This record gives sequence, C-alpha cells and structure tokens, in this order.
Amino acid sequence: MTGVSSGPAILVEGLTKSFGEVRALRGIDLSVPRGTVLGVLGPNGAGKTTAVRILTTLLRPDGGRALVEGFDVVRQPAAVRRSIGLSGQSAAIQEELTGRENLEIVGRLYHLSWPRARTRAAELLEQFDLTDAADRPAKNFSGGMQRRLDLAASLVGAPKVLFLDEPTTGLDPRSRLGMWEIIRSLVAGGTTTLLTTQYLDEADELADEIVVIDHGLVIAAGTSEELKGRVGGDVLEFTVPDRNRLSDAADAIARIGEGEPHLDKETGVINVGVGGRGSDALIEAVRGLDGAGVQTQGLALRRPSLDDVFMALTGHVAEEDGQQDEGKRGRKRRSGDSKTAGRAS
Amino acid sequence: MTAAAPAAAGTPYTPAGPSLLTRAHWAVTDTLTITRRNLLVWMRVPAYIMFTVIQPVMFVLLFRYVFGGAIPVQGVKGGYVNFLLPGIIGQTAAFATFGTAIALAQELQKGVIDRLKSMPMARSAVLAGRLVADTARMFVTIVIVIGVGYAVGFRFQNGAGLAVAMVVLATVFGLAICCIAAYTGLAIGDEESVQAFGLVWLFPLTFLSSAFVPIHTMPGWLQAFANNQPVTYVIDTMRAMALGGPIEANLWKSIAWLAGIFIVFAPLAVRAYKRAA
Repeated sequence: MTGVSSGPAILVEGLTKSFGEVRALRGIDLSVPRGTVLGVLGPNGAGKTTAVRILTTLLRPDGGRALVEGFDVVRQPAAVRRSIGLSGQSAAIQEELTGRENLEIVGRLYHLSWPRARTRAAELLEQFDLTDAADRPAKNFSGGMQRRLDLAASLVGAPKVLFLDEPTTGLDPRSRLGMWEIIRSLVAGGTTTLLTTQYLDEADELADEIVVIDHGLVIAAGTSEELKGRVGGDVLEFTVPDRNRLSDAADAIARIGEGEPHLDKETGVINVGVGGRGSDALIEAVRGLDGAGVQTQGLALRRPSLDDVFMALTGHVAEEDGQQDEGKRGRKRRSGDSKTAGRAS
Repeated sequence: MTAAAPAAAGTPYTPAGPSLLTRAHWAVTDTLTITRRNLLVWMRVPAYIMFTVIQPVMFVLLFRYVFGGAIPVQGVKGGYVNFLLPGIIGQTAAFATFGTAIALAQELQKGVIDRLKSMPMARSAVLAGRLVADTARMFVTIVIVIGVGYAVGFRFQNGAGLAVAMVVLATVFGLAICCIAAYTGLAIGDEESVQAFGLVWLFPLTFLSSAFVPIHTMPGWLQAFANNQPVTYVIDTMRAMALGGPIEANLWKSIAWLAGIFIVFAPLAVRAYKRAA
C-alpha cells in the first residue's frame, strides 16, 4: 500500500490521447517530486484536463504511461484512487445537501466509519472556514464557499497527491486570493499537488515548477523565473485609446523591439520585448509614437510576466474567449469541439 | 484557515488494500450511502416531491372525474375507478423513471459522476444506489396513489395477498423501466434531450395500452399494438390481481418481458456508466 517510497509522486512518459480526429495529448512527459507543486499552464483545449482525467483514472490513455505514487493508472487504478484527491472543474458537492452532509457522505464513500466521517467532516469544515455555514444547503453558498467545500471533499481521504483542475476559474478576485491561501497551506503540509490553470499569475504564485502545454504538447518547463528568462529582458507596453490607430502605433515601434509587437485589439494594449536596451527603447518608442501622431496611455517598461512567456512560446495569448471550459460536459463531443476551436484561434 | 496543513498531510484515514470480502461489503455500504444521498436530495427539494407525488394524484383525479364518465367499461366490479387504478399505478411506476434518467444525466453533466469515479468507492454503487433510491421513491408514490384511489372510490376486490402482489409487480415493472431510463440518461447525457426522449417512448408505451381505456375501444390497427406490448400485459396482470379474473397467462408474459428488459438494459446501463467518462 505504501507504493514506491522513492521516486516522483507523479511520473508521466509519452502520454497520448486522441478523441476521434483530435489529438488531445501528443506525447507529454511530466515528473513531479514529492511535496512539490507542479503548475500545468495552457489555454482552453490545450490538453490540461485530458491529462488530469487520465492521471485520476477517469480516462484511459492511448499510449505512454502514467504513475501516481508509483501505481500505474491503467493497471492499478484502485490503488491510484486511494492515493489521490481531485477538485476543480468537476463538482463533487450536491447542492441540495448541507456542507456537513456532503462531507460526511464523501467520508462514508472513503469507507470511514460514521463517527469518523462525522469527525473528519467537522475538521475540514473548520479548516476551510465553513463551520458557520455547515448546516445550510450548499446551493446557498457563494461561489468561493462552494469551491472551498469541493476542495474539502477532495481532502476527506487525506490524499498523498492532489489534483486541482482550474481551481479558481470563474471565481471573483477576492475568492481567488482566499483559494490561493488555502492551496498554499495545503502544500506547506507536504501534499504533492498538480494544478492546472489558464492564469499565469496563479502558476506564478503557487507552483514550484511550471510546464506550459499547448495543443497537447509540453512546449516549455521550468521555474517561473527560468520561464521568464526565455523572454529575454524587459517588455515595453502601452495602451492606444483609439483602436483605429493600433496598427499605426505598432508600425511606429516595429523597429525598436526584439520581435514582432503584440497587439490586443480588444483592450488596445500593445507590448513588445525590448531585451536589455530598456531606457533607450523607451525613448525611441516615445519619439516614434509622437512622430506618428498616435496618442498612448500608460507607456512603461516592465519585467516580463508569464503572459509574455506564453506569448513568446506560442505566438498567441493564453486566455481565449468565447469557449466552453474544456472540462465542462458534452464528453467526447465536447473535447473535440474545444480542441478544434483552440487550434483554430 | 488556521492549522490547515496537518489534516491533509497525515494518512490516518487511508484504507488498506481491500480483500474480495471487503470489496463486497463496500459494494453494499457504498450503494446504501448513495441511496441515502439520493433520498435526502429528493426530500429536500419540494419540486421533486411535487413531480413524483402530485402528478400521479392529478392523473387519478383527472381520469376519475373528467374523462372517466366518458369511458365505458363493462363487467368491472365497481366501475371505471376500479378499472383505472391499476392502470394509473403502472403508469406512475413508468413515469417515475423520468427522474432516474434526468438525475443521471445531470450528475454526468455536472461532473458528479467523474468525482465519484475518482474515489476508491465501489464502481457499481452509483448506479445501484440510484436504482434502489428511485425504486423506494416509486414505492412510496404507489402507496400514496392507492390511498388517493381509496378516497375516490377504488376498492381491491381480490384479497390482501393479491393486492400486495400487484404492488410488487408494479414495483418490479418500474425497476425494469428504470434500467431503460438509466441507460438513456447516461447514453444521452444531456438533461433536456433526456426529458424529450423520455416523452417520446414512455408516452406511447403507457397510453397506447390497457392502462386508461379498454383496448377494444381503439381502432383495429392500434389494438394490434396495444394488445401485444408489455405495458398491457403488466397492467392486465395487475388489474386481475386487484379485481379478479385470470392472472396466469398475462403474468407469464409480463415476467418474460420484464426479464428480457433486465437482461438487455441492465448491462447496457452498466456499460454506459463505465463509458461515461
């Protein structure tokens, strides 16, 4: 039952999975040392949820292998299930039942005795600051509280490895910060965690190591600092209030950047990597924009963020609008749709 | 958020690797846990109770007082209300399975089934617990419909033993239909479609039977269908159990049909559950 005590908590080699024509995973490798947090970063349809579903035994891979706590997810799924907790896009909570009832039922399904299930539920409600609301139906909980309850449910079995599939997607900023705090405290307790997210700041905040996934492939891996180093220097950024002048502005600064400037037509934000020539580039940019007669707001140099990294690695921005979450239902059909959409944009 | 870490880090609750006997024990306790959960949900939501209880009661009143006067029945002791009740009970059992299909589709859509599958619980329990809870719910509804029937003039004519047999047959019939519903719910996996599809097959099956009107009042081509479909066999058997008349021939046909439905649809439902990932 102890599994392999040395070696990584999660080991993935050459994992592939297709849904019909759509190749959701095209051979990914991961290794997560015990007690660390791996952030899996990628846009909708990148394959994050597919990977989590395979690692939590919900989906069989087409090829490659995946071990969790030394157990093979295909050949020893029961042992894997005893080692893991899953929270995030799929909800374990029953809204009609109270928070306490939800956790007690999950406890029973983990084969705790009734008294133990009750004690465990009370512990977790306390730990997640839900004691006051414990006896209200979960449908009256705020989004943040529901997410905390869902996370609590995933911890009932005291898992060695925790999978958090986009744990803060759809939460307001304040609940998000609260969730981060909880996840940090869990991690400090030594739970190995695999966290998927579309939010680069989230990976930055919580993860020891980050892998960036796009179109079913790992396109970069490292610490957040290492990844930022990939952008190679500072970023010049400003907003053009008049959206019709966006391309003029981009042309005006085209020569000063290390690469192509990136335009966001929605927000009017333009940014470009300028390497080590920070102040010179700033001055040139001001001259160029002034010469072109383009008005700008908030022209500044900043350190690169993971957004810039993502942009530099993939050539597109991390967050894509107008799509269903990859993990939302519709099943095989759904996976196909979102992947196709992800690729098209 | 004080002292958040220790609970997650320790492993005092992780169960040991299970033996076959333990697994069998878990299959039972997990089924009971899921059953309990489903019944709790049912009791918490007034709308569910309305749908499952009020609707059949409305059917009783509608047919007893609105349509009943226009439906001629001959040779039935006590008249149309006695003819009607076994039919309504059969229809109630069949329609109760809407809840099964919808609940499973919802759980699939919301990801509840995913989560349960990622836990070390018995895999059979989600489906088994659903069927047990829904059968219990159906049984309660049948008892209520009989109570309302008594209030509007229905009387069993054939003794308590056969009255009980009728309720048992109705429940087993409902359970068989539940298997079909569970399969459709899991295979379609979308609440609205499941609901629409349920109407498409359940309505004809129950209304084009002997449930509400004597079949000889239907046009000939319709009689051919109504006389030879399982709902008619089951309801004719129930009616004979409740009111008297030959039971055996229809009972054997009912048993054959119900066994056939179990043999085909129980494995299909299990397969759809396994695939629903």
